[in-house]
Amino acid sequence: MRYAETGFNLEVDLTRGSVERVPTDPRLTAHHLGGLGTNAKLFWDRVPPEVSHFDPENLLIFGTGLLVGTPAPGCNRTVVSCISPQTRLFAFSMMGGFWGPELKHAGYDKLVVRGRSPEPVYLWIRDDRVEIREARHLKGLGSLETAEAIRQELGEPHAQVASIGLAGENRVFFASIEQGKSSASRCGVGAVMGDKNLKAVAVRGSKDVYIAKPAEFLEMCNEALAFIKVRAKSPIPGVMPILAGLGSPQEMAIHDEKWHTENFAWGNARVRRKGFWTKDVAEQWTGTMETMRTRLLSCHNCPMKCGAAISVDTRLCSYMMKCFSKLTYTMGAFSDLDFGLRIAQKATEHGVDAFSAPQTMAFALELLEAGILTDADFPGMPADNEGRFYWLLDRIVRREGIGDVLADGTYWAAQRIGKGAEAFAHNNIKKTEQLPLKLGMLNPIYFLMYCTGEKANITQIEGNYPQAPFATREEREAFVKDWPQVPDERFKEWFVEWELRGEKSIPQYPPPDATCEIVNWQEKMHYVDDATGMCAGLSSFPLKPPFHIHILPKLISSASGLDLDETGLNQVTKRNRTLVRANNLRRGLTREDEKPPEDHWKNRFPELEKQLLDEYYRFKGWNLDGVPTRETLAELDLGYVTEDLVKRGILKDEGAGVTP
Amino acid sequence: MKSEKRKKVVKTIRIDVDKCNGCRACEVICSALHAKPKYSSNNPARSRIRVTRDPLSNLYLPVYAGDYTAAECAGRDRYVIDGKEYGECAFCRASCPSREAFKEPDSDLPLKCDLCESDPTIEVPMCVQWCLAEALTFEVREEEVEEEPKPEDVDAGLTALADRHGWDKVADALRRLAKDGGS
Ligand code: SF4
Ligand code: SF4
Ligand code: SF4
Repeated sequence: MRYAETGFNLEVDLTRGSVERVPTDPRLTAHHLGGLGTNAKLFWDRVPPEVSHFDPENLLIFGTGLLVGTPAPGCNRTVVSCISPQTRLFAFSMMGGFWGPELKHAGYDKLVVRGRSPEPVYLWIRDDRVEIREARHLKGLGSLETAEAIRQELGEPHAQVASIGLAGENRVFFASIEQGKSSASRCGVGAVMGDKNLKAVAVRGSKDVYIAKPAEFLEMCNEALAFIKVRAKSPIPGVMPILAGLGSPQEMAIHDEKWHTENFAWGNARVRRKGFWTKDVAEQWTGTMETMRTRLLSCHNCPMKCGAAISVDTRLCSYMMKCFSKLTYTMGAFSDLDFGLRIAQKATEHGVDAFSAPQTMAFALELLEAGILTDADFPGMPADNEGRFYWLLDRIVRREGIGDVLADGTYWAAQRIGKGAEAFAHNNIKKTEQLPLKLGMLNPIYFLMYCTGEKANITQIEGNYPQAPFATREEREAFVKDWPQVPDERFKEWFVEWELRGEKSIPQYPPPDATCEIVNWQEKMHYVDDATGMCAGLSSFPLKPPFHIHILPKLISSASGLDLDETGLNQVTKRNRTLVRANNLRRGLTREDEKPPEDHWKNRFPELEKQLLDEYYRFKGWNLDGVPTRETLAELDLGYVTEDLVKRGILKDEGAGVTP
Repeated sequence: MKSEKRKKVVKTIRIDVDKCNGCRACEVICSALHAKPKYSSNNPARSRIRVTRDPLSNLYLPVYAGDYTAAECAGRDRYVIDGKEYGECAFCRASCPSREAFKEPDSDLPLKCDLCESDPTIEVPMCVQWCLAEALTFEVREEEVEEEPKPEDVDAGLTALADRHGWDKVADALRRLAKDGGS
C-alpha cells in the first residue's frame, strides 16, 4: 500500500505512440520524496548531457509533489521539467491550479513524455484509460480555447487541461504551458511541449489518494487552516501590503501598487519612476481592476485566492491571472493597467511567460531606438506605443520576421543580432529574463540567491527572511517575538541586529557566515515545497507561513508513512538540491554562470562578492568551482554522481578543484 | 407513510455563490470525512458536495447531494442569473441516472449529504469549516414542522440496486450474504 503517492508513473512515448503505466520504486520516494526530487533523478538516469532541448530524447515530465491530492491545504503543485531551450539546463517550472491533483486522482504521480509525435496530438487521461488523440483541428488555437474545445469534444466539462498556444507550437523559447488558472511559465517548457507536437494533456481522475496516519495528519491540516485565519487578521506591520499576508503577492486583491511601480524598472528594465503612483493613477487603476476583475480565485484546496478572473470583453471571464503578471506588460510598455490586462489576455492564449515576453518586446524597441535594428526589421509595425506591443507579440508567437529572432528571448536574440545587442540583454541570469529590478547597494543575501538559484528566478529562492531590515530595533524585536518558523534562534539575532544604515547594514551585514545560513534556509524551504507540491504561498515564500521546517516533517510522514524527522528532511532536501546541480554541472554550468544581472546593483564589491560565493560554496559542501565534493556526495548517497562527474572531468581529483 | 407534527432542528447551509473561489476544499474534506477509517483517503469524486465550475463563464456553484432518484426528469430548466447561464441540472441535488455526480465512482451507489453524521458529533459540517471564503455558512434553528418520515440511506441504496438489477436479484444476494455472515 502506498500513501500520499499513487506509486505509478504514466510513461508516454510519442514517437511510437505507446502508453505504459509503470510502478515506481518506493525507495526513491524515501530518497527524494517526489516532485522536483524524483524529476531530477529521472533526468540524471535518462537524459545525459548529449541530449539537447529539442531532441526527441529530451523528456517532458509533469511531476506532482508527494502531498498533491491529499487534503493538505495548498498542496497542488506540478513541477514541469525538461531541458530548457533558454538556459540549456535542467528546467523546473511549477504550476498550481487543479491539474496536479486531478492526475493524482487518475492514479499517477507523474506523466513522463518522451519522443516526438509526427502529427499534432493531445493526451486524454481518464483514470486507467489513456488515449493519444489527434489534434490537427486544434492547431493555432489559444491555450484556453484549446482547453475548452477539448472539454467539449470529450463531453467532459470537468476535465483539467494543460495546453500550449501558438508560442509553444512555434517553439518560442519562453513559451508557457497554461492550465486555466495557473501556468508553468519559466524556462520555455511550452516550447518543448510544442516540439513534441503535444498540444494538450486533459485529465480526469476518480480514484482515492490514501493517508498513512489520518488522525494525526488531519489535525495538522486543521491547525494550518486555523493559523491561516489568524494570519489573515494580522498582516505583518512595516511590510508593503501585497507581502504582508500569506499566499502569492496579493496583487489581485490589493490595489496599492506604489511599491512595484516606483521601485521596479519600466521598459526594458531600466527606468525607475519615482513619484509615479499619484492619486490620479491610483484611482484610475483601481477603477480598471474593479471593473475587469470579476472574481478572486484559488488553486485546488487552498483558501488564499491569489488569482482572479479577468474580463476584457463581453465574457465574465476572458482569462485568469495572478501576482506580478498584473503589471509586467503595463510596465514593459510604459502604459496603463487597462492595456496591461488586455494584452495579458492575448499573451495567455498564446502561452508566453509574463516576465520574458514584455521584456523581450521592450528590448526590441530599444534596439530600434539605438539603431541596432532598423525600421526595415519592423515592416508594418503600427506607430502607436500600445499597437507596437500587440504587433510584436503577434510576430513573436508566429516566429515571423524579426519575431523569429525575438522568440529566442533577449539572450539568444542578442547573440543572433550581434552589433552590440548583447549589452541590451542586460537583465538576465543564466540566459533568462529576470524581475525588472535595479537597486543601489548590494545586498549580500540577494547576491548569493541571484548567483546560485538554479531555477533562475529570484522568487523561487527568496521568501521567509525579510527582504530588508525594519527601521527601528523595537520593530525588529517585535517581529522576531513570534517567529517559530526560523531554524534556530540565531536567525532572530541576525535580524534584530540588522540596520538600515551604518556598520550593521548591507553590504557588510549580515556577515558572510550568517548570509550563507539565511540563503540556505530560504532555498531549502523552496526545495521542500518543490518535492511535496506545497505551494510556496503557504510555506517558502511569505513571512511567517503556516508550514515550516519544524512542522513539515510530521506533515509529510503522517501523510506518506515515511519515517522522517527534521534531520531526515534536511538530508532529502540537500540531496535533491545537489542532484539538480549535478544535472546542470554535467550540462556545462560553471562558476562563471553564477552572477547576478550585470546592472542589478549600482554599488558592487568584487572582493566581498568573491568571499561570499567562496563561503557559500564551502557551506554547501561544494568545491570552489561549485562542484559538490566527494565527501558531500558520499554523505548524500550520491556515489553514482561522483563516478559520473569524475569520468567527465568535472569533479577533479585532489588539488585541481581546491577542496578546502 | 403518515405525516406528523413535531419539533425539529433545522440545519441550513447557506451558499453564497459570489464568495466561492472554486478551491474544491469542500469536496476534498467531505470525501475524506466519509472514508473508512475516517480521513484515511480522499477523492472529490465521492464527495457529497460538488462544485460545478465553468471558469471561463465565471460560474461556480456548490451543490449538496440530496435524495436518490430512479429516473431522470422529463423536462429540464436552464437558468440565466446575472448573465451566467446554468446548465439544465445545475441546481439539482438528486443522485440521478442522468449524471455522474453524487454516486460512488466504483459502485454507482448514491451519495447523500448527511451533514457529517459522525461519532463523535461534528457540530459544524466539515465543508463549512474548510470553506474559509465563507461561501458556505451554517445555521441551526428549531422549527415546528410537518414531516414525512424519510427513507433511510440503506433504503435508498437498496432501491438504487433494485432499479438496476431487479428486486429478486437483490433479495437473493441479501439472503446469500446474510447466510455467510455478511462477510
Ligand atoms: S497560496 Fe495562492 S497560489 Fe498558492 S495554492 Fe493557494 S491560491 Fe494558489
Ligand atoms: S470550499 Fe468554499 S470556496 Fe472552496 S469551492 Fe467549496 S464552496 Fe467554493
Ligand atoms: S455537510 Fe458534511 S456530509 Fe454534507 S457535504 Fe458537507 S462535509 Fe459532506
